[in-house]
Amino acid sequence: MRGADYFLKRTLFALVTVFVAITLNFIIFRATPGDAVTGLRCQFCTVEFKDQLRAELGLDKSKWEQYVIYLQSLAEGDMGRSFVTREPVVDELIDPLLNTLPMIALGTAFSIVFGILSGVVAAWRRGTFLDWGNLSFSLLFYSLPTQWLGLMLLIVFAGTLPASGIADPFLAFTDPSWWDTFVDRLEHMILPAATIGIVLYGEYALIVRSSLMEALSEDYVLTARAKGLRNWAIVWRHAFRASLLPVATLIALSLGYLVAGAILVEAVFSYPGIGLVTYDAVTERDYPVLQGAFLILTLSVVFANYLADLLYFKLDPRVAE
Amino acid sequence: MSTIASGPGAAGAPTDPSDVPGGGRGRGGVVWSVLRSRPQAAIGGTVLVLTILVAVFAPLLAPYGPREKVGPPFAPPSSAYPLGLDDGGVDMLSLIIYGSRVSLVVGFAAAAVAMLIGGSVGILAGYFGGKTDITLMRVTDYFLVIPDVPLMIVIAAIWGRSLTNIIIIIGVIYWTGTARIIRAQVKSVRERVYVRRAQALGASDSRIIFRHVLPQVAPLLVANTVLTVAVAIFAETALAFLGLGDPSLISWGRLIENAFVSNAITVDAWWAIAPPGIAVAVVILACTMLGTAIEDALNPRLRVGHLSVRRFRLRPLPAKDPQ
Repeated sequence: MRGADYFLKRTLFALVTVFVAITLNFIIFRATPGDAVTGLRCQFCTVEFKDQLRAELGLDKSKWEQYVIYLQSLAEGDMGRSFVTREPVVDELIDPLLNTLPMIALGTAFSIVFGILSGVVAAWRRGTFLDWGNLSFSLLFYSLPTQWLGLMLLIVFAGTLPASGIADPFLAFTDPSWWDTFVDRLEHMILPAATIGIVLYGEYALIVRSSLMEALSEDYVLTARAKGLRNWAIVWRHAFRASLLPVATLIALSLGYLVAGAILVEAVFSYPGIGLVTYDAVTERDYPVLQGAFLILTLSVVFANYLADLLYFKLDPRVAE
Repeated sequence: MSTIASGPGAAGAPTDPSDVPGGGRGRGGVVWSVLRSRPQAAIGGTVLVLTILVAVFAPLLAPYGPREKVGPPFAPPSSAYPLGLDDGGVDMLSLIIYGSRVSLVVGFAAAAVAMLIGGSVGILAGYFGGKTDITLMRVTDYFLVIPDVPLMIVIAAIWGRSLTNIIIIIGVIYWTGTARIIRAQVKSVRERVYVRRAQALGASDSRIIFRHVLPQVAPLLVANTVLTVAVAIFAETALAFLGLGDPSLISWGRLIENAFVSNAITVDAWWAIAPPGIAVAVVILACTMLGTAIEDALNPRLRVGHLSVRRFRLRPLPAKDPQ
């Protein structure tokens, strides 16, 4: 019963957040002084063209009418058309999003595995040289600007690994097997995924370390010691389990960073994902696409957070209280 | 801060277990005593102060002007220009020195904005509780979930690229963490005996907040603001990299962007890319070390580790073999 209550609450929160994000999206793009068309800079942007564009976007109506129209068209999956390509925004976003997901998943998997290992080792060997070295490395990686790390990896691995794009354009002519295609895709994914993975690794290691250290100072750890349990049993069976809770929350919160990382990394490596779309939309001031990308990114993060909330309940049913 | 702490509220403080470090010298002394007792805080603090000095005395320290063409584009490092030249033939060392100004201004100003918003929201929510708390924390939750960098990008793209805009945007987005932490702390401070006593004596809410609550949470607020400086500088490099930095100013973020846009990579000019990133990393590292050291000092629970041989002498096993 409590579980159902919790589930309902989190679902409601996720839905309201989506609504807040959609409204925020509207406010930022339409309700600011001037509108998306005022700031538009292009060669053929005459006054007539701008007026026509305003009429097309519905910007000549009242803000409330605009809001209702915006919600209606969004419900139909219509996010307008790109200023640049004149294609529907939805079509411009779906493929890139599918390109981004495996890359981000690879980077996150890397950082979670190594972050947890390194954090546990550091907390276990707290105060030793191992802890100190681990801490320094994590702090260092955590401090590196993502885009800069990407550029440095690009310099170091130039020639060994593909530096840009998602696939070798010439591979298609050689009639590749699915394995060749897979390897090619993976090779193009490694550098961007590694960049995200390294930066996140630092953060996760720090979180796991402090969370586990806190758990190790609890009384039940002392009890476990008094019972004569071995160290690994204390760490893995008792302290680590308890410390997973805050780790899960913080990993969920760092999903927002993941989105930022994707934008920066894809810009560096010209990886055709949703981040590159966002980057291009910013440089070309393609507001409909930018608005759509912002919405998709926000929805992904809200959804991922929602999943994390449910997982949290699975880890510790007490959160429902 | 110390003048407030020496008021009547401080009289009840010594019995209070929460302000362990620097307890006898008022809570303003916490930051100072942490700096002295923790090497990582001292290193972080020193690096931060040095960077600020470099920014202040930039014209005296920089060998060349920030826009002065002194040689061919992408000339490699030499004795005349130790960090080489960028795509416009400008000395990289001078650019790094001048760039520190904008980066630090953005970092500190945006962190101050975030501290003001986050601190106020946290104190109001934690002190008044009830409906105020619920409403403010809901708003905070929504802001926490919405991804920050895309939101920044969107606002910056629409508002236009100026230094003030960037500071406000970053500050308005990064207050949520501060608000949550401060709220939790205020909630516990509010229940303490001396606050109850002040309430019973008829002290107004604003008096209690400013004389009793604020001094108690001030060290935590400082720690959090120092950490926010790091986040803000990080955010500035991200915005600048996406072409949303103030086009008339030189910052570390814009130097990285410039190196990327001018294809420094294809000509292998690592010296045009590496230095600004290292500068950013050093400052972020310094802020993180200082901020977390203060936070650690304020959280005495973390000091006991039941597994650690050195701090807790119950364990007969040697440290080398965990099995």
